[in-house]
Amino acid sequence: MDLSDQALVEKAKTGDYQAFEALVNRYEGKVYRLAMRMLRNQEDAEDALQEAFLQVYRGLKGFEGRSSFSTWLFRLATNVCLMKIRHRETEPAPLLPLEDYLPRHEEEHPYIQDWPDKPEEVLLNKESRQKMLQALERLPAEYRAVFILRDVEGFSNAETGEALGISVAAVKSRLHRARLTLRGMLSSYFEKMGNGGEKSSSSRGCEES
Amino acid sequence: MKCKEILDQLSEYIDGELAPELCQDLERHMEDCHPCLVFVNTLKKTITLYKYASSEPLPKEVHLRLHDYLKKKFQDG
Repeated sequence: MDLSDQALVEKAKTGDYQAFEALVNRYEGKVYRLAMRMLRNQEDAEDALQEAFLQVYRGLKGFEGRSSFSTWLFRLATNVCLMKIRHRETEPAPLLPLEDYLPRHEEEHPYIQDWPDKPEEVLLNKESRQKMLQALERLPAEYRAVFILRDVEGFSNAETGEALGISVAAVKSRLHRARLTLRGMLSSYFEKMGNGGEKSSSSRGCEES
Repeated sequence: MKCKEILDQLSEYIDGELAPELCQDLERHMEDCHPCLVFVNTLKKTITLYKYASSEPLPKEVHLRLHDYLKKKFQDG
Protein backbone atom coordinates (compact mmCIF):
# COMPACT_ATOMS: atom_id res chain seq x y z
CA MET A 1 0.00 0.00 0.00
CA ASP A 2 1.16 3.54 -0.74
CA LEU A 3 2.18 5.56 2.28
CA SER A 4 0.45 8.87 2.87
CA ASP A 5 2.33 12.11 2.18
CA GLN A 6 2.53 12.70 5.89
CA ALA A 7 4.07 9.29 6.58
CA LEU A 8 6.63 9.83 3.83
CA VAL A 9 7.42 13.30 5.14
CA GLU A 10 8.05 11.88 8.61
CA LYS A 11 10.39 9.24 7.21
CA ALA A 12 12.17 11.74 4.96
CA LYS A 13 12.73 14.03 7.93
CA THR A 14 14.71 11.31 9.65
CA GLY A 15 17.02 11.14 6.62
CA ASP A 16 15.26 8.39 4.68
CA TYR A 17 16.18 9.42 1.16
CA GLN A 18 13.93 6.81 -0.46
CA ALA A 19 10.93 8.35 1.27
CA PHE A 20 11.94 11.74 -0.12
CA GLU A 21 12.28 10.22 -3.59
CA ALA A 22 8.83 8.71 -3.27
CA LEU A 23 7.45 12.19 -2.60
CA VAL A 24 9.31 13.52 -5.62
CA ASN A 25 7.89 10.73 -7.77
CA ARG A 26 4.43 11.48 -6.54
CA TYR A 27 4.49 15.19 -7.34
CA GLU A 28 7.12 15.85 -10.00
CA GLY A 29 4.60 15.61 -12.85
CA LYS A 30 2.25 18.13 -11.26
CA VAL A 31 5.01 20.54 -10.36
CA TYR A 32 6.44 20.32 -13.86
CA ARG A 33 3.06 21.01 -15.37
CA LEU A 34 2.60 24.00 -13.12
CA ALA A 35 6.04 25.30 -14.07
CA MET A 36 5.41 24.77 -17.78
CA ARG A 37 2.20 26.74 -17.54
CA MET A 38 3.77 29.49 -15.53
CA LEU A 39 6.98 29.76 -17.52
CA ARG A 40 6.06 28.42 -20.97
CA ASN A 41 9.53 27.17 -21.63
CA GLN A 42 10.87 23.70 -21.02
CA GLU A 43 14.30 24.76 -19.89
CA ASP A 44 13.00 27.24 -17.32
CA ALA A 45 10.36 24.77 -16.17
CA GLU A 46 12.99 22.13 -15.59
CA ASP A 47 15.13 24.59 -13.64
CA ALA A 48 12.14 25.55 -11.52
CA LEU A 49 11.30 21.89 -10.93
CA GLN A 50 14.80 21.16 -9.64
CA GLU A 51 14.93 24.31 -7.55
CA ALA A 52 11.51 23.64 -6.00
CA PHE A 53 12.37 20.09 -4.93
CA LEU A 54 15.76 21.20 -3.65
CA GLN A 55 13.96 23.75 -1.48
CA VAL A 56 11.60 21.03 -0.30
CA TYR A 57 14.52 18.80 0.56
CA ARG A 58 16.30 21.55 2.48
CA GLY A 59 13.12 22.79 4.15
CA LEU A 60 11.73 19.43 5.22
CA LYS A 61 13.22 19.52 8.71
CA GLY A 62 11.48 22.81 9.41
CA PHE A 63 8.20 21.75 7.85
CA GLU A 64 5.73 21.45 10.68
CA GLY A 65 2.73 20.29 8.76
CA ARG A 66 0.52 23.27 9.47
CA SER A 67 -0.54 23.07 5.84
CA SER A 68 -0.57 19.88 3.84
CA PHE A 69 2.64 18.79 2.18
CA SER A 70 1.20 19.40 -1.27
CA THR A 71 0.10 22.96 -0.44
CA TRP A 72 3.54 23.70 0.94
CA LEU A 73 5.22 22.17 -2.10
CA PHE A 74 3.09 24.15 -4.52
CA ARG A 75 3.73 27.32 -2.59
CA LEU A 76 7.48 26.80 -2.94
CA ALA A 77 7.14 25.85 -6.60
CA THR A 78 4.89 28.80 -7.43
CA ASN A 79 7.27 31.19 -5.74
CA VAL A 80 10.23 29.76 -7.62
CA CYS A 81 8.31 30.39 -10.85
CA LEU A 82 7.31 33.90 -9.82
CA MET A 83 10.93 34.73 -8.97
CA LYS A 84 12.02 33.55 -12.40
CA ILE A 85 9.32 35.63 -14.02
CA ARG A 86 10.40 38.74 -12.12
CA HIS A 87 13.83 38.40 -13.67
CA ARG A 88 12.43 38.36 -17.16
CA GLU A 89 12.03 41.41 -19.29
CA THR A 90 9.31 40.20 -21.57
CA GLU A 91 6.59 39.50 -19.02
CA PRO A 92 3.29 41.33 -19.32
CA ALA A 93 2.73 44.34 -17.09
CA PRO A 94 1.12 43.40 -13.79
CA LEU A 95 -2.00 45.36 -14.60
CA LEU A 96 -4.81 43.53 -16.24
CA PRO A 97 -6.82 45.65 -18.68
CA LEU A 98 -9.87 43.49 -18.19
CA GLU A 99 -12.17 45.96 -19.88
CA ASP A 100 -10.50 45.22 -23.20
CA TYR A 101 -11.75 41.67 -22.99
CA LEU A 102 -15.33 42.15 -21.94
CA PRO A 103 -18.13 41.96 -24.49
CA ARG A 104 -19.29 45.16 -26.12
CA HIS A 105 -22.57 46.39 -24.77
CA GLU A 106 -25.24 47.35 -27.22
CA GLU A 107 -27.79 49.30 -25.26
CA GLU A 108 -28.70 47.08 -22.32
CA HIS A 109 -27.36 43.75 -23.41
CA PRO A 110 -23.85 42.59 -24.18
CA TYR A 111 -23.16 41.60 -27.75
CA ILE A 112 -21.97 38.06 -27.69
CA GLN A 113 -21.68 35.05 -29.96
CA ASP A 114 -21.77 31.46 -28.83
CA TRP A 115 -18.90 29.01 -29.19
CA PRO A 116 -19.45 25.79 -31.09
CA ASP A 117 -21.41 23.30 -29.05
CA LYS A 118 -18.87 20.53 -29.31
CA PRO A 119 -17.14 18.39 -26.73
CA GLU A 120 -13.79 19.48 -25.33
CA GLU A 121 -11.81 16.85 -27.19
CA VAL A 122 -13.14 18.22 -30.49
CA LEU A 123 -12.43 21.83 -29.58
CA LEU A 124 -8.92 21.02 -28.44
CA ASN A 125 -6.47 20.65 -31.26
CA LYS A 126 -2.91 21.75 -31.78
CA GLU A 127 -3.91 25.22 -32.88
CA SER A 128 -6.45 25.87 -30.14
CA ARG A 129 -4.06 24.60 -27.46
CA GLN A 130 -1.48 27.00 -28.78
CA LYS A 131 -3.98 29.87 -28.63
CA MET A 132 -4.87 28.93 -25.07
CA LEU A 133 -1.25 28.86 -23.98
CA GLN A 134 -0.61 32.22 -25.61
CA ALA A 135 -3.61 33.69 -23.81
CA LEU A 136 -2.41 32.30 -20.50
CA GLU A 137 1.01 33.75 -21.15
CA ARG A 138 -0.46 37.19 -21.62
CA LEU A 139 -1.96 37.19 -18.14
CA PRO A 140 0.13 38.91 -15.49
CA ALA A 141 2.00 36.28 -13.47
CA GLU A 142 0.02 36.78 -10.26
CA TYR A 143 -3.24 36.17 -12.09
CA ARG A 144 -1.83 33.27 -14.04
CA ALA A 145 -0.70 31.60 -10.82
CA VAL A 146 -4.14 31.90 -9.26
CA PHE A 147 -5.87 30.55 -12.35
CA ILE A 148 -3.50 27.60 -12.64
CA LEU A 149 -3.66 26.59 -9.00
CA ARG A 150 -7.37 27.10 -8.63
CA ASP A 151 -8.87 26.06 -11.97
CA VAL A 152 -6.28 23.77 -13.49
CA GLU A 153 -4.87 22.06 -10.40
CA GLY A 154 -8.12 22.17 -8.49
CA PHE A 155 -6.90 23.85 -5.28
CA SER A 156 -9.54 25.44 -3.06
CA ASN A 157 -9.64 29.23 -2.59
CA ALA A 158 -8.04 28.82 0.83
CA GLU A 159 -5.25 26.54 -0.42
CA THR A 160 -4.52 28.87 -3.33
CA GLY A 161 -4.38 31.83 -0.96
CA GLU A 162 -2.06 29.94 1.34
CA ALA A 163 0.20 28.89 -1.51
CA LEU A 164 0.50 32.45 -2.78
CA GLY A 165 0.43 34.26 0.53
CA ILE A 166 -2.70 36.26 -0.34
CA SER A 167 -6.19 36.47 1.15
CA VAL A 168 -9.13 34.41 -0.06
CA ALA A 169 -10.78 37.64 -1.21
CA ALA A 170 -7.73 38.41 -3.36
CA VAL A 171 -7.79 34.87 -4.77
CA LYS A 172 -11.42 35.24 -5.75
CA SER A 173 -10.98 38.62 -7.34
CA ARG A 174 -7.90 37.62 -9.32
CA LEU A 175 -9.50 34.37 -10.37
CA HIS A 176 -12.57 36.17 -11.62
CA ARG A 177 -10.53 38.65 -13.65
CA ALA A 178 -8.28 35.92 -14.99
CA ARG A 179 -11.22 33.81 -16.13
CA LEU A 180 -13.02 36.74 -17.78
CA THR A 181 -9.85 37.82 -19.52
CA LEU A 182 -9.02 34.35 -20.82
CA ARG A 183 -12.55 33.92 -22.09
CA GLY A 184 -12.31 37.28 -23.81
CA MET A 185 -8.94 36.52 -25.37
CA LEU A 186 -10.18 33.21 -26.74
CA SER A 187 -13.67 34.18 -27.77
CA SER A 188 -13.01 35.42 -31.29
CA TYR A 189 -11.04 32.27 -32.01
CA PHE A 190 -13.65 29.84 -30.73
CA GLU A 191 -16.58 31.79 -32.19
CA LYS A 192 -15.05 31.36 -35.61
CA MET A 193 -14.38 27.68 -35.13
CA GLY A 194 -17.54 26.77 -37.01
CA ASN A 195 -20.78 26.89 -35.15
CA GLY A 196 -23.49 24.34 -35.66
CA GLY A 197 -25.97 27.03 -34.72
CA GLU A 198 -27.36 25.13 -31.79
CA LYS A 199 -28.26 27.19 -28.82
CA SER A 200 -26.41 26.24 -25.70
CA SER A 201 -28.54 24.68 -23.06
CA SER A 202 -29.42 26.41 -19.85
CA SER A 203 -27.30 25.57 -16.88
CA ARG A 204 -28.70 25.63 -13.41
CA GLY A 205 -26.73 25.67 -10.24
CA CYS A 206 -28.69 27.40 -7.45
CA GLU A 207 -29.19 25.71 -4.17
CA GLU A 208 -32.67 25.73 -2.82
CA SER A 209 -33.13 28.62 -0.45
CA MET B 1 -30.48 42.68 -12.16
CA LYS B 2 -28.65 44.20 -15.08
CA CYS B 3 -26.21 42.45 -17.38
CA LYS B 4 -23.28 44.38 -15.96
CA GLU B 5 -24.14 43.37 -12.41
CA ILE B 6 -24.36 39.76 -13.49
CA LEU B 7 -20.82 39.90 -14.73
CA ASP B 8 -19.37 40.59 -11.28
CA GLN B 9 -21.07 37.56 -9.80
CA LEU B 10 -20.30 35.00 -12.43
CA SER B 11 -17.28 33.33 -10.89
CA GLU B 12 -19.07 32.87 -7.60
CA TYR B 13 -22.06 31.58 -9.51
CA ILE B 14 -19.97 29.03 -11.39
CA ASP B 15 -18.25 27.94 -8.21
CA GLY B 16 -21.56 27.56 -6.39
CA GLU B 17 -20.57 30.19 -3.84
CA LEU B 18 -23.35 32.65 -4.53
CA ALA B 19 -26.07 33.21 -1.93
CA PRO B 20 -29.25 31.35 -2.97
CA GLU B 21 -31.33 34.51 -3.50
CA LEU B 22 -28.70 36.11 -5.72
CA CYS B 23 -28.29 32.87 -7.57
CA GLN B 24 -31.98 32.72 -8.33
CA ASP B 25 -32.04 36.36 -9.45
CA LEU B 26 -29.20 35.58 -11.76
CA GLU B 27 -30.86 32.54 -13.25
CA ARG B 28 -34.10 34.44 -13.70
CA HIS B 29 -32.16 37.07 -15.58
CA MET B 30 -30.56 34.48 -17.81
CA GLU B 31 -33.89 32.95 -18.73
CA ASP B 32 -34.71 36.20 -20.49
CA CYS B 33 -31.23 37.24 -21.53
CA HIS B 34 -29.63 34.96 -24.03
CA PRO B 35 -26.36 36.93 -24.24
CA CYS B 36 -25.75 36.48 -20.52
CA LEU B 37 -26.51 32.78 -20.75
CA VAL B 38 -24.04 32.44 -23.59
CA PHE B 39 -21.51 34.40 -21.59
CA VAL B 40 -21.78 32.05 -18.61
CA ASN B 41 -21.57 29.00 -20.79
CA THR B 42 -18.50 30.21 -22.65
CA LEU B 43 -16.86 31.19 -19.37
CA LYS B 44 -17.45 27.69 -18.06
CA LYS B 45 -16.15 26.27 -21.31
CA THR B 46 -12.96 28.31 -20.94
CA ILE B 47 -12.31 26.71 -17.56
CA THR B 48 -13.07 23.16 -18.69
CA LEU B 49 -10.92 23.56 -21.77
CA TYR B 50 -7.93 24.58 -19.68
CA LYS B 51 -8.52 21.66 -17.35
CA TYR B 52 -8.71 19.27 -20.25
CA ALA B 53 -5.73 20.68 -22.07
CA SER B 54 -3.32 20.40 -19.21
CA SER B 55 -2.07 16.89 -19.38
CA GLU B 56 1.34 16.91 -20.96
CA PRO B 57 3.44 14.25 -19.28
CA LEU B 58 6.76 14.83 -17.59
CA PRO B 59 9.46 13.97 -20.14
CA LYS B 60 11.46 10.94 -19.07
CA GLU B 61 14.79 12.75 -19.36
CA VAL B 62 13.52 15.61 -17.17
CA HIS B 63 12.52 13.06 -14.56
CA LEU B 64 15.93 11.39 -14.70
CA ARG B 65 17.85 14.67 -14.50
CA LEU B 66 15.75 15.79 -11.54
CA HIS B 67 16.52 12.62 -9.61
CA ASP B 68 20.21 12.81 -10.48
CA TYR B 69 20.33 16.45 -9.43
CA LEU B 70 18.67 15.78 -6.08
CA LYS B 71 20.75 12.70 -5.38
CA LYS B 72 23.90 14.70 -5.98
CA LYS B 73 22.72 17.46 -3.63
CA PHE B 74 21.88 14.80 -1.06
CA GLN B 75 25.30 13.20 -1.33
CA ASP B 76 26.99 16.60 -1.07
CA GLY B 77 25.07 17.06 2.17
